[in-house]
Amino acid sequence: MSIKTMSIQRFFFALLLSLPLSAQATLAIQNWQTPQGARVVFVESRELPMLDISVDFPAGSARDPAGKAGLAHLTHGLLDQGAGGLSDTAIAHRLADVGAVLSGSFDRDRAGVTLRTLSSATEKTAALEMLARVLQRPDFPQAVIRREKQRLIAAIREAEADPGTVAGKAFYRALYGTHPYAHDEAGDPAAIARLTRGDLQAFYRAHYSAPNAVISLVGDISRAEAEAIAARLAAGLSKAAAVPPLPSPAPAASSDVRIAHPSTQSHVLVGAVGMARNDPDFFPLFVGNYVLGGGGFDSRLMREVRDKRGYAYSAYSYFMPMVEAGPFQLGLQTKLEQTDDALKVAQATLRQFIADGPSEAELEQAKSNLTGGFPLRLDSNRKILDYLAAIGFYRLPLDYLDTWVAKVEAVDVAAVKQAFARRIDPDRLVTVVVGAGGAR
Amino acid sequence: MVGMRGMLLALLVGSAQAAVTDVTLDNGLRVIVQEDHRAPVMVSQVWYRAGSMDEFNGSTGVAHVLEHMMFKGTQTVPPGEFSKRIAAAGGRENAFTSRDHTAYFQQMQKDRLALSMQLEADRMANLVIGDALFAKEIQVVMEERRLRTDDQPQSVVYERLMATAYQAHPYRRPIIGWMDDLSNMTAQDARDWYARWYAPNNATLVVAGDVKADEVIELARRHFGALPARALPPRKPQDEPAQLGEKRIVVKAPAQLPYLLMAWHAPTLKDWEQDTAPYALQILAGVLSGNDSARLQKSLVKTRQIAVNASAGYDAVARGPGMFMIDATPAPGTSAAALEKAIREEVRRIQRDGINEAELARVKAQVIAADVYQRDSLFYQAMQLGEYATAGLPPEALARRVDKLRAVTAREVQAAARQWLQDDRLSVAELDPQPLQAKAQRAAVPGVRHVN
Repeated sequence: MSIKTMSIQRFFFALLLSLPLSAQATLAIQNWQTPQGARVVFVESRELPMLDISVDFPAGSARDPAGKAGLAHLTHGLLDQGAGGLSDTAIAHRLADVGAVLSGSFDRDRAGVTLRTLSSATEKTAALEMLARVLQRPDFPQAVIRREKQRLIAAIREAEADPGTVAGKAFYRALYGTHPYAHDEAGDPAAIARLTRGDLQAFYRAHYSAPNAVISLVGDISRAEAEAIAARLAAGLSKAAAVPPLPSPAPAASSDVRIAHPSTQSHVLVGAVGMARNDPDFFPLFVGNYVLGGGGFDSRLMREVRDKRGYAYSAYSYFMPMVEAGPFQLGLQTKLEQTDDALKVAQATLRQFIADGPSEAELEQAKSNLTGGFPLRLDSNRKILDYLAAIGFYRLPLDYLDTWVAKVEAVDVAAVKQAFARRIDPDRLVTVVVGAGGAR
Repeated sequence: MVGMRGMLLALLVGSAQAAVTDVTLDNGLRVIVQEDHRAPVMVSQVWYRAGSMDEFNGSTGVAHVLEHMMFKGTQTVPPGEFSKRIAAAGGRENAFTSRDHTAYFQQMQKDRLALSMQLEADRMANLVIGDALFAKEIQVVMEERRLRTDDQPQSVVYERLMATAYQAHPYRRPIIGWMDDLSNMTAQDARDWYARWYAPNNATLVVAGDVKADEVIELARRHFGALPARALPPRKPQDEPAQLGEKRIVVKAPAQLPYLLMAWHAPTLKDWEQDTAPYALQILAGVLSGNDSARLQKSLVKTRQIAVNASAGYDAVARGPGMFMIDATPAPGTSAAALEKAIREEVRRIQRDGINEAELARVKAQVIAADVYQRDSLFYQAMQLGEYATAGLPPEALARRVDKLRAVTAREVQAAARQWLQDDRLSVAELDPQPLQAKAQRAAVPGVRHVN
């Protein structure tokens, strides 16, 4: 479908998930805690008559109990499918009646609910009432659980036709072994089929609590009103203590995973365990990766794999910073018969970058793009909300935004070389290839 | 499904444009400026009124291939240098090709507009398409086709359904082009396309952001003003002859679940003041799937549980004709045929009984709110202006869009459903899933964990 309206683009950027944070000095971020222990991050923005709120919890798939892969995902999906005695339909209609948009976000670390509403009193009041209801009083109706389990399993099976999805799942499995990041965010169909209403309720109570909550707000409200909204949202949540930290992942051993698939292309992923959100090497890795494979047409991978050889439409690398060390991933897709050639070029590009680092000129180019593009990172309420949520959730210092440009500027060639050498051993990488017979 | 949601968004998002400046330079270049001073940034887009609908059989995909070649150098800017200069200035840039247009954009700090215009004006007139670079880039485009169409069963269904629903109109051809045409495309095909369509009098420059309209126009004059207008080839309408009965296709592809896509020929907005059906059809799409419990979701997904997903989409703005579409994935145990029957019942219910006032008010509330929300995105505002301009609609049509949607009555929605969602206008495609292969074998198992 998307081809019709969205049209096709010259390339797509893989993953903005590794949001680098930045801000104008003028972005006044306020933060506080509610009496129940929920952390709040707020920016007042009066230009548009609207309000964005997100409420995030450490309730992503890394929190799935053993044998219950999919519990976190299903719990998150059911929040707005019946709450406080209102049916899924009543909730959807009441939100739509005031033009409000309730959406969810879910990954290995985080489960979040986001509300966008007009800031006019009637609309805002009704929308906030629904947000509070779904966060505080989800009903988990038995019939709805049955239905949503079936839909979730169907979605997982449907995605098995997509070689990129198959490769991504295998990559995390190979990289993380027994760590909670290993299994797929969506869960495992057999485990999902066994989940009970009791499982959902228990998971909800333990994770969707005030001490676990991060409430982010941007928009057309005062500090006093933001405090009142946050207090009301937090007051109705459970008091369950903050969840314990996740274990740290061990570096992965080399492995080479080949999976058969009827696709016309091979999907190739190469990587290693990378860095955590609060890693001291964050900036050298982030800026250095721009040169390697993060800078689109400005990157070596794109030049070597696409421009010079025409091997792939997309070739990229990224670090995904997570609560614990997230992956470093390099990826490309190419027609089956040139899989090994393209893989060799990508490996050689990575190996050379780790050995020699970027040139002075390349690093200057990276820094000038990142610092010069800095205002684009905060030019909408939506983007600001995402940054606030990350600051709150990952407990980044409040001045993080004010120092971002200086930290990018401070990165030098030696720092990039050292940081990459510490993280990525080119002789110890995980490689996943999905396509053809899976044979080499 | 995600794509359908994209379409819906496009229909719900309206616009409350502040003053839009719209001028045409002596050489025919149209310049549209939307001032928005929320952040010290701007987006600049050059839209060419040349998309896949302007192609000929045998060279399908050439509009998009040329888009790729536009980054491969001019007489004075070497290959790769365009992207490098924009990146050095902190910019983000890309391009996109659709059935109706090809567009190029840069997002940058507001004081860097001159660089963007200088580079765009240069490649509007001075592109160099070398054989060697073309030979590499056509390989890239074929990889793009494999990635986005050939290995995506639902994209294949969409492509084949369009090729069936349209028999004469060029919308029957995929934007990316047929693989055989890509395999046989030459650098000369791209040069011919460039010579034919890339001229100031076939382009619109849209700038939105923290800029002053008169300064933008002055800058545009300085950079684009000297480029000569050129005679453009005549455009033939190629109207689709009336469909003479329902069409059906089956698409077999490796997949796990079946999928159903239904498309009815429908009008698009031509006379924005007099037309009523395109507005009514937008509301109809909202009634069918504008929220998580709109008719299709509530009936098929939630109550009867015969679908795991279902949605409707309709795009009112296009150079050519329109389609009203519904897509759905059957729930396990339900056949595509049974689901199709249920969808037809939902359509008939509206044709017979109409919609209720609460549903109508709900969709309108969403239109009004979305009109505010879309102002959060500079890029989206510029996109809308460019799409309207390319489709031949004035900025007033965009500014008045919400008013027109608010004026739609329940009776008009019912009438539109009766008139346009008729079986004789319908084409149906069903994905018949083929096995993904015997069990995936692994040449090597994930390595043993190394513990430090």
